[in-house]
Amino acid sequence: MTLSTQERTGPGDQAATGVVAIEATRLEKSFGNAAVLRGLDMKVRDGEVVAIFGANGAGKTTLLRILATLTRPDHGTVSIYGNDLAREAERARLSLGAVLHSPMLYGDMTVEENLKFFGRMFRVPGLSARVLEIADRMGLTPRLDQRVRELSHGYRKRAALARALLHRPRVLLLDEAETGLDEPARQVLDSVIAEHRAAGHAVVMTTHSVERGIAASDRVLVLAGGRFALDEPSSSVTLTDVTRFYIEPEPGDA
Amino acid sequence: MGAALATVWTLARKDLLLELRSRDIVLAIVVFALLVITIFTFAIELTPSRSRDVGPGVLWAAVAFAGVLGINRSFAMEAEGDTLDGLMLTPVSRELIFFGKSLANFIFITVAEIVIFPVFEALFNINVLRIETIVIALLASIGFSAVGTAFAAVSVRVRSREIMLPLLFLPTVIPLIMAAVESTSVVVNGGSWSGFSAWLQLAIAFDVIFVIASAVLFQFVLEE
Repeated sequence: MTLSTQERTGPGDQAATGVVAIEATRLEKSFGNAAVLRGLDMKVRDGEVVAIFGANGAGKTTLLRILATLTRPDHGTVSIYGNDLAREAERARLSLGAVLHSPMLYGDMTVEENLKFFGRMFRVPGLSARVLEIADRMGLTPRLDQRVRELSHGYRKRAALARALLHRPRVLLLDEAETGLDEPARQVLDSVIAEHRAAGHAVVMTTHSVERGIAASDRVLVLAGGRFALDEPSSSVTLTDVTRFYIEPEPGDA
Repeated sequence: MGAALATVWTLARKDLLLELRSRDIVLAIVVFALLVITIFTFAIELTPSRSRDVGPGVLWAAVAFAGVLGINRSFAMEAEGDTLDGLMLTPVSRELIFFGKSLANFIFITVAEIVIFPVFEALFNINVLRIETIVIALLASIGFSAVGTAFAAVSVRVRSREIMLPLLFLPTVIPLIMAAVESTSVVVNGGSWSGFSAWLQLAIAFDVIFVIASAVLFQFVLEE
């Protein structure tokens, strides 16, 4: 069942022929004696939505943090639109938007202040208008003047998504982004993913909601033993295909 | 260059805004430093000559210990919300993040000194509110904030960061504390600029070397 990622393409024509957005080669990462990634290869093209599954500790978050330039791999290379993260990370980050486990927002600043701060960091043109636009898109307009500390978990996640989308990234990294979201917010997230795909951009998402992940994606990857044990078009994958690889790593293994 | 300065200021202004809302950092520095200074006024029988002998040492020990407390707090705020990760996701070089955080820490320490120095002068009855001491204070604050910012980044992900930061910071800034103490001592004993120019040169050299070294160190320690 395991196929070379380089040889695989997504099921859609656009994904099959699109520009390579993310290319990871022979990635290795260990924490102490625990090897999390062992020579992992990965290629994601424009217009492709890739869902990564795996048991707890399989290395999904580590992989996304490496792609987001937050964690250095021990070995291997990653490039985002041809920008090698070891040498051109700043340029690569212009193309990246990430929602990881925590919202990465300042609790004592309002939603608007947070968005404007991060917008300035990305030098977003027409920032004030863009903040209003993205706030409206995320259903955050009534909360713009509220401090992030005072928001519910769901609204913090919406604000985190707004922060990630503010600079119109071409690659969206979502690490269990749907966790804690109510149904309307999940619908917003789903529509963001769909719009991103329709715009010819790439999405890499991890989720523990396997059925939802399969439905939302073009391609399914399952991390097990530090490599992708499954790499298939979502249309040909079932829940059981994914969960049969959910083997808890041994202590000290990953 | 203009864009880089604008980014550094945006980063520092964000920290200043957060400090205006929480008042955690400057208050911690001021209260701790004043407590140290006050305890010494009780512990030592202060005659005018003894004040001039021990005063500079007490002042700079208090500022250094209190400063490290404040810098620790400024990074703890980033760690609590994982906002350091948020900063690292931006297309801003790690050096600019370092300079933004250092500038904010420099302002916090300087503001705290503006409160600490007059109280110290009143308690120890020695004149430190002079242009010479202000120059010494600025040089010391630059070094404290640069070294503190780099080491705070080292210790921010460590469980025992409250202990780790002073253990790294205080031995490193000993030359700067020496320069500040000796310079202040010359000033309060009526000496002129030439009387402490060697110490000033030491402080300037320390700042130049450690600002550059800290900026380089910072980019390596931020990533896991």
